[in-house]
Amino acid sequence: MSDETRTMNMIQAINSAIDICMGRDDEIVVLGEDVGFFGGVFKATEGLQAKYGKTRVFDTPITECGIIGVAVGMATYGLRPVPEIQFADYIYPALDQLVSEAARLRYRSAGEYTAPITVRTPFGGGIFGGQTHSQSPEGIFTHVAGLKTVIPSNPYDAKGLLIAAIEDNDPVIFFEPKRIYNGPFDGHYDRPVQPWAKFAESAVPEGYYRVELGKARIVRPGDDVTILAYGTMVHVAQSVVADAGIDAEIIDLRTLVPLDLETIVASVKKTGRCVVVHEATKTSGFGAELSALVQEHCFHHLEAPVQRVTGWDTPYPHSLEWAYFPGPVRLGEALKRVMQD
Amino acid sequence: MTGRNLPPLSLHVPEPRFRPGDAVDFADFDMPVAGAVARPEIGTAPAEMRDHSYAMVRVLDDQGNAQGPWDPRLAPETLLKMLRHMALVRAYDERLYRAQRQGKTSFYMKCTGEEATSIAATHALDYDDMCFPSYRQQGILIAREWPLVDMMNQVFSNKGDRLKGRQMPIMYSARQANFFSISGNLATQYPQAVGWAMASAARGDTRISAVWCGEGSTAEGDFHSALTFAAVYRAPVILNVINNQWAISSFSGFAGAEATTFAARAVGYGIAGLRVDGNDALAVYAATQWAADRARGNHGPTLIEHFTYRAEGHSTSDDPTKYRSAEESTNWPLGDPIARLKQHVIALGIWDEERHAAMDREVAELCKAAQRESEALGTLHDGLKQPFDSMFEDVFEEMPWHLKEQSQQMRDERKAAGI
Repeated sequence: MSDETRTMNMIQAINSAIDICMGRDDEIVVLGEDVGFFGGVFKATEGLQAKYGKTRVFDTPITECGIIGVAVGMATYGLRPVPEIQFADYIYPALDQLVSEAARLRYRSAGEYTAPITVRTPFGGGIFGGQTHSQSPEGIFTHVAGLKTVIPSNPYDAKGLLIAAIEDNDPVIFFEPKRIYNGPFDGHYDRPVQPWAKFAESAVPEGYYRVELGKARIVRPGDDVTILAYGTMVHVAQSVVADAGIDAEIIDLRTLVPLDLETIVASVKKTGRCVVVHEATKTSGFGAELSALVQEHCFHHLEAPVQRVTGWDTPYPHSLEWAYFPGPVRLGEALKRVMQD
Repeated sequence: MTGRNLPPLSLHVPEPRFRPGDAVDFADFDMPVAGAVARPEIGTAPAEMRDHSYAMVRVLDDQGNAQGPWDPRLAPETLLKMLRHMALVRAYDERLYRAQRQGKTSFYMKCTGEEATSIAATHALDYDDMCFPSYRQQGILIAREWPLVDMMNQVFSNKGDRLKGRQMPIMYSARQANFFSISGNLATQYPQAVGWAMASAARGDTRISAVWCGEGSTAEGDFHSALTFAAVYRAPVILNVINNQWAISSFSGFAGAEATTFAARAVGYGIAGLRVDGNDALAVYAATQWAADRARGNHGPTLIEHFTYRAEGHSTSDDPTKYRSAEESTNWPLGDPIARLKQHVIALGIWDEERHAAMDREVAELCKAAQRESEALGTLHDGLKQPFDSMFEDVFEEMPWHLKEQSQQMRDERKAAGI
């Protein structure tokens, strides 16, 4: 193991995390559509089959229900599967196996059986994926008792969080914001893409390290308003705040369940204002949970109603992607509203 | 294309032959001859044994004699042990059914008429083979001689329930008996059993897995995902379908039985399929043994359809006289699995009516004593429950803050309300 860092994009960081875990623990197996010889449609598992063999990294039939069901069975045997669902939009056939089986196995068997599986799945829009390659279904999973939900926003966190997720003894849904696989995206879709190499978070240790689940990161300290974000939206928030010249505190949640409420509450008590931003649809989205928690814990400190900036309550449109995406204009307007009150 | 001179389309909605009050006549049932089906070599390619998915393996004939190549030629002590386990599970069911009717628990499910499909199958497996049961395989635990008191504690959700009162009655879990935690969602255990078998194979283990579901559940996507995986990776798994003719009130036609057999589901996947008389303990044993040998020899999975009859209601929550004819059960052409095995061992001269009656009394006494012991630890409504706090345990390995907070809130609110 080396402490030396290497410049990695998120794909490389994720690949490195799995590689390191597989090297340390031979019970870890990777399965999913196209993950074997080809290394995954996003190349996150590239080279792993050649290195660890076909019985530890293998392609599967196209049945997400089967992939997760088989992973639960493998976990029952004693393995630690890391299944990939090719796009989060495809995860629904596996919902019963995740919600009724993986999530509840420890509880229903009083600990006799557990499902230490980490489901990796690319999610989110901004890639012209239309309604079947752009969704952000995290709210469906945060609603389920027994699942952990993790969303990294940069290569360093992606590797450290994924290692922590794989080592966790509970089932984890690990959403990978695919728009920022190759570089952060600030929401200005008309500007050239910036590669990760230009950003500090791309300096990723080659060796083993963990970013603990349940710990948020203060991306930018500030006094005027708290912005709660995760995944791609962390970068949109940074860009908007820089342009608007507002002294906002930006918090990257990193893990939605378990949530780092302490960091959120301390921030909102300091700033008195809060904007929640996510790409997923608004109604019953995770922003609603955050908004409720903020009012429960910070009611007497709030100077203005909590604002939510989210995807619209429509399917994700193809050609109108940028009207749907909660980009800089919408976040800017929300910040204005919350600062006016 | 409007205006074409075609008859209007019509939708076929399956209808069972007999409804409440109907006289039941199975005279047209094409009784398969015991001993008539060939026994293929263990490594036979699925394509070369497709007929087995449409025939029916039977060993016991009408006189109780074992016939043909599928006769497992079991030792007398094995036969008598299987008989005893079948009698025990029936007595156990009787006892707990009555306990439910007495209000001592919320729910119960009997396996009456289907005892052979789990008892004989389990006898043909090794103890360390992993079983993924559906909800009517209490026979597996009985055949593995799991303590009756422990099973009853689960049914009563009492203080002794290892599952902490979390699961509905009969949703057992017994890791030490290699018995998986039962889910109420149907067929979810199918891909899990395949995954377990794949893991065993990937690790170079020698253990195999076996899984059970009802014919109704074969319609679930999980079943088909599981068969695809099992075929693709040649998983060492035995896929049991208990065709007991009824899924609550829906007859097997709603799972596709009008068109084909359930064993024939194997054909499309390229899996070996066997169809057996599920009320013939020797046929069930022989088919399971064949499939187990096949799996252990790296020849892949086997789907076994056990053709049987659910002699009682689906559960204590339904009344079968409301949707099917009571005569179906009494006239069932394949008889009763316990009566048939009993007839066989008597014909062999190793058993008699007196010993059978004594055994019935003995297993009933065993169940009664176990119930007394279990009830001392409480029944569902008598207040001897798990501590309230236990509700929040085991959601995660370590309790996160939000569950600690909710647990505290519950305690505070109950205290404030004086309860």
